[in-house]
Amino acid sequence: MTEPVVVRRGSVWSRLPVLRQLRQSVGLQRGMLIVGLVISVAFVLTAIFAPILAPYGYAQLQDAQGNFGAQDPPGGKHLLGTTVGGYDVLSRVIWGAQTALLAIIIAVVLSVFLGILLGVISGYLGGWLDRVLVVIADAVYAFPTLLLAIVSAIIISGGQSNLWGGILASGVSITVVFIPQYFRVIRAEAVRIKSEAYVESAKVVGTSVLRIMLRHVLRNATRSLPLIITLNASEAIFTLAALGFLGFGIEPNSAAEWGYDLNKSISDVTSGIWWTSIFPGLAIVLVVLGVTLVGESLNDLADPRLRTRRRATGAPVTTADVSVVPGGTLDAVTITDGLEPRS
Amino acid sequence: MSSTVAADLTPPPSGTVGRKPRGGNPLVRYIVVRFLLIFPTIFILVSIVFVVMRVIGDPITAAMGGRLTPDQLAQRIHAAGYDRPIIVQYVEYIGQVFTGNFGTSITDGRPIITIIGTYGGATLELAIYALIVALVVGIPLGMVAAYFRDRWPDAILRILAILWYATPVFFVGLLLKLVFSVWLDILPVAGRASTRTELDLDALPHPTGIYLIDAFQLGDPNAIGDVLAHAVLPGLALGFLTAGIFLRLTRTNVIGTLSMDYVDAARSRGVSEYRLVRKHAFKPALIPVITVIGLQIALLLGGAVLTETTFEWKGLGFELAQYLGSRDFVAVQGIVALLAVIVAVTNFIVDIIAALIDPRVRY
Repeated sequence: MTEPVVVRRGSVWSRLPVLRQLRQSVGLQRGMLIVGLVISVAFVLTAIFAPILAPYGYAQLQDAQGNFGAQDPPGGKHLLGTTVGGYDVLSRVIWGAQTALLAIIIAVVLSVFLGILLGVISGYLGGWLDRVLVVIADAVYAFPTLLLAIVSAIIISGGQSNLWGGILASGVSITVVFIPQYFRVIRAEAVRIKSEAYVESAKVVGTSVLRIMLRHVLRNATRSLPLIITLNASEAIFTLAALGFLGFGIEPNSAAEWGYDLNKSISDVTSGIWWTSIFPGLAIVLVVLGVTLVGESLNDLADPRLRTRRRATGAPVTTADVSVVPGGTLDAVTITDGLEPRS
Repeated sequence: MSSTVAADLTPPPSGTVGRKPRGGNPLVRYIVVRFLLIFPTIFILVSIVFVVMRVIGDPITAAMGGRLTPDQLAQRIHAAGYDRPIIVQYVEYIGQVFTGNFGTSITDGRPIITIIGTYGGATLELAIYALIVALVVGIPLGMVAAYFRDRWPDAILRILAILWYATPVFFVGLLLKLVFSVWLDILPVAGRASTRTELDLDALPHPTGIYLIDAFQLGDPNAIGDVLAHAVLPGLALGFLTAGIFLRLTRTNVIGTLSMDYVDAARSRGVSEYRLVRKHAFKPALIPVITVIGLQIALLLGGAVLTETTFEWKGLGFELAQYLGSRDFVAVQGIVALLAVIVAVTNFIVDIIAALIDPRVRY
């Protein structure tokens, strides 16, 4: 990080992944990015502060005044009503954020790590290993996510569903599904970078293979990751919820999980009881919406064809807000800079 | 997607021969190579399923564990051959799969092939309804969004598409049920047909399992209406899942083609705006959409499992969930492996269609 190249780009703030795009964006894209960020941050905070925010525990069935009623409509002591099993809906929705966040973290960390590792190795080394990995990645990629998740859930928890069993099952299954995606992207980049002049010269100088892979290939291959990570995160939530919905999720006394609650609400819906399904469902929608909005805006901003440009300058740098000089000679440099979003 | 695989995989030994345009149609060669690639794909998928399902031990203990004495259990395991070396079982399993034998379920003793035959039609019917909904809704809206790029119709449609994506299919299903079946009370809550129609359809001499076709065979307008009414909500729920994807994809691609020089040229010749989008920009943008339809088959099958559970639509997904519930992993393994084969074959067909439309896809 001490090369002079870095200094040219301005302060650390303007280079942080998301903040940089936030400055770059305008209009609807900026709106989407901001809404997405707000929802995502609210979700993370809810997950962290669940013990303080939730009025009751996720498995709590009674308080000092006795048992909670079953299927009580929203209002009074239970703001969002109670479920068939007599749980407080609001509390379970809030606690569910914690489970969801854990599932996301595990899924993203595992698949980013393994996917990038395999992608760089396969792309840079090539040969038969590369061929075999590509065939396997493609076969897995074509496999229905949910079926793979079910199969992984069976191995990991053997069908038993405690907190970690359930979260790991969804995390690992998402990892299995997402490794091919990271793998493809990183591998394609690695293949391209491999033939760049700077890799050649590094070889000539006698740099070790490991160092070339880490320093030259990996560093330059990671630019489209933010988008895949957001996709990965929403898939993790979907899978966790889908497993829960199919009865392969986490038991209610181990943790709160939105998919499980939705499964228990199928019969409620038929008899017109709406609060047990609407609220956990909305929680899933909101979180995925937040993460997707962030990913979608980042994607648009990274693709010059899709980016809404700020008139003539379109530059991501701080001066862009101040000066709009169409055709100004000074800005000519900034324009090309702005069109090349990957620094 | 699979086309890139094919490109990466120009068969190693014959690679040099492949370069020369010697003899034969390149399209035919592409189809042959692509066809041969199905086998390793299926082989890998089935192997993954096998390995994964056996890591946890033998399926009989999983299904019957608590209910039988250890002696009875050992006897059943021996009879089914699960006490042999894993490699022997694997070779036997692969051999069976390639002859179309996917095993027999433990809990009710039905061969997997029979289960597929009985319930496959229902899933296929649901998937087709969903695909129709997705194409009819997604593609035109995507074109509108691309044409009004960055203006309010685009903004609304994009937010709608993201909302669709963000809503899990089973929640969409529950919402639709709540609104249309419970509150408005205009559509049936669950199932594929009312009990009476179901009995009539089962009594047919040659039922196809696809209720709409069977209802036409029956020739009873009430039955047809009944079957269609039951299909509306599941079809919509599963269709919306993919409609958002088609919308986004059509939008991005039409935006790409709308900025091409030939579109400007056509516009300057006075071609109407409608025709411009409909003919000039849309057709080239269609190729990636077709390829993605193939990829959606995997998503549709996954979604079908959830939709069928939500609506008690008695198809493969519903059965799969039942077998999961009873821990019958042989049945699960069989159904999952067969679905994987279906996905691989569909991807092959889609790749061929894409190659027929766009000569650049061939190599």
